Amino acid sequence: MSLLTLVYTLLFYIAGSVLLAGLAYRIRLYARTPTPLHIPTTPAPTTRAGVVKRMFFEVTLFNSLFKASKWTWLFGWLMHAALLLVLLRHLRYFTEPVWSWVALLQPFGFYAGFAMLAGLAGLWARRLLVDRVRYISSPSDHLMLALLIGIVLTGLGMRYVAPADIVAVKAFFLGLMYFDWQPMPPDWMLNLHLLLVAALMLVFPFSKLLHAPGVFFSPTRNQADNPREHRHLPTRTSTAADTRG
Amino acid sequence: MADFETPALKPWPEIPPIEIGAMSHSKPFAAKPEHQQNIGFPGELIDDWQQVAIDKLGELVNNSRALRVFLDSCVKCGACTDKCHYYLGTSDPKNMPVARQDLLRSVYRRHYTLAGKLFPSLVGARDLDRSVLDEWYSYFHQCSQCRRCSVYCPYGIDTAEISMAAREIMDTVGVGQKYCNEIIGKAQTIGNNLGLPEPALANTLEGLEEDIEEETGVTVRLPLDEKGADILLVTPSADFFAEPHVDGLIGYAKVFHQAGLSWTLSSYASEAANFGLFIGSYDNMQKLTLRIREAALELGVKRIVFGECGHAWRVAYNFLDTMAGPFDFLDRNYPVPQHICEVTYDLIQRNALKLDKSANDDMVLTFHDSCNVSRASRMGDFEGGQFVIPRAVIQASCNHYVDMPADTIREATFCCGGGGGLLTDDLVELRVKGSLPRMEALKQVVDTHGVTHLAAICAICKSQFSKILPYYGFEMDQIVSVHQLVGNAIVLGEEH
Repeated sequence: MSLLTLVYTLLFYIAGSVLLAGLAYRIRLYARTPTPLHIPTTPAPTTRAGVVKRMFFEVTLFNSLFKASKWTWLFGWLMHAALLLVLLRHLRYFTEPVWSWVALLQPFGFYAGFAMLAGLAGLWARRLLVDRVRYISSPSDHLMLALLIGIVLTGLGMRYVAPADIVAVKAFFLGLMYFDWQPMPPDWMLNLHLLLVAALMLVFPFSKLLHAPGVFFSPTRNQADNPREHRHLPTRTSTAADTRG
Repeated sequence: MADFETPALKPWPEIPPIEIGAMSHSKPFAAKPEHQQNIGFPGELIDDWQQVAIDKLGELVNNSRALRVFLDSCVKCGACTDKCHYYLGTSDPKNMPVARQDLLRSVYRRHYTLAGKLFPSLVGARDLDRSVLDEWYSYFHQCSQCRRCSVYCPYGIDTAEISMAAREIMDTVGVGQKYCNEIIGKAQTIGNNLGLPEPALANTLEGLEEDIEEETGVTVRLPLDEKGADILLVTPSADFFAEPHVDGLIGYAKVFHQAGLSWTLSSYASEAANFGLFIGSYDNMQKLTLRIREAALELGVKRIVFGECGHAWRVAYNFLDTMAGPFDFLDRNYPVPQHICEVTYDLIQRNALKLDKSANDDMVLTFHDSCNVSRASRMGDFEGGQFVIPRAVIQASCNHYVDMPADTIREATFCCGGGGGLLTDDLVELRVKGSLPRMEALKQVVDTHGVTHLAAICAICKSQFSKILPYYGFEMDQIVSVHQLVGNAIVLGEEH
């Protein structure tokens, strides 16, 4: 086994474990943290079914963001929708035989790469050009965009500039999944692409990317507006919960 | 009081460029040691305050899913940056909701996240030092907890929750705000924010009964501590003396009278407002809600109705049952609790009130949706009832009504600028500047539709507008209570 293969094999096992364990830990923490009071942002649905619908449109269409800022919505939604397509397209590297619906997505997946780039560029432009957004940006906010753009550019680069040996890449990842390790092709564009992806997986559970699980746990969005019909019981761990006894 | 310039009213709203530090001088008077100690906090800044504050932050995060998710989830997208009335009115970037949150988030990151512990400057993490504490004191008292930002945030992050947490941390280390903490102490010992004892209250109500009789020739009662009444009315104590609040109280009394409902006020729970909310103190908020439960039990009422008050209605509607329930001793055929607008609306729907709209013909009205009613509670049994019902009550009472521009009302409503524990003279610059977006919306309907009066259902909104309307060239009496309009229009004495 070459050093390159060894490094990438270990890297992806570590990155995958950190991503999954980190997210599981965080999600468990969110789920177990009490909600002492009923705080939906109203007007809000009065039933659980209504809440499911509200949440569905919130995470698929970004309703609140649409109300807030059309440009941010446009770039943000474009980026996320494209990211979803790109991720689904990449399932082909982890399944054998390739699921038919994944195969159908293949051509859209390529365009999605460009759409994602456009979305990210738009978001970065806002971050740099709008004084308010520039003010609230930390170095990590710029780095996150740089990281994602790096991933997209190297991805597109393998498609249009320096094609990668995708058969070997697929063998590498299937090998990781079935513990039958295969060589990582020495290809700087591919290696860089995968290195950046691993970095993204590693920072995910420690960064603002936690907005992905966080949105589902946001009490202002996931509580039904029904406090007069259903008593909200104080799930509070501190001693102040019910001083009345 | 520092000198300041009232912002000019622009024909249409503009998002101002940021002006760093524009409001960094703003801070409310500090609570005196006795104000702090009365409500369970240290009298002054304690010695090991940094550690205590950091520990308190951890405790709050462990006990509030909202706080934990909100501190983790923000991606700095900027959606909220132009939504806060205090930013729009002051241009200070720390009044952008995300920047205000970051004052606390930076400390959370430093002490409770791996990234902040390892790479503080990369992720904007900061140690908690005296300058950070001072900044907290200034800017967490420039948030009226109106939740407008939470409407637009893709993750529903509510800066009100962050501000409340920060204020609780500050109280815990001995840095409290005079206005809120003094008032909470009064409400917990005397029963209302004004510190009005029972004899004074009884006297005031008697005077009001005489006024009504003099004006209408009809005996309308304002009962106090009457055992066996069906309804306990809990209303903000400003209703007992302030203008135009008191005209609203007269309106409630006329509605109850005309509908033949038996009701009473309580001297023990003579306050609907609950400033415990503003300082994020569960325990203090609960103590105030328990007074209402005790009064209801003591008087043997069947229903609890709340008067016109925004955050009081939030606490009543969302928290009362949780903190002071269950209310199984009340008549469950009625919602617990009920808003006075719901009561009046139901009576209007049933034709149980005769309203002469022409009594308000000297006014062209518009309605200011109060933030805590709009974005933190509901009226009626349908989504959005909090917008429909007060408007229906107003429109049943007057002939001339116009809404302000759509992006300034309902869920998008702008705070009056004085909510969240900021309704104090030591913050008048902030209050004037923060009301700019509302004043611009008002100006628009004044110019285009000849609107003469602004109606509201919140004691804070009413007091705030009385104070700041003159700064913008309006008259202080252009703010009216919704039940003042009902009271004007109601035809007394006929059969109901």
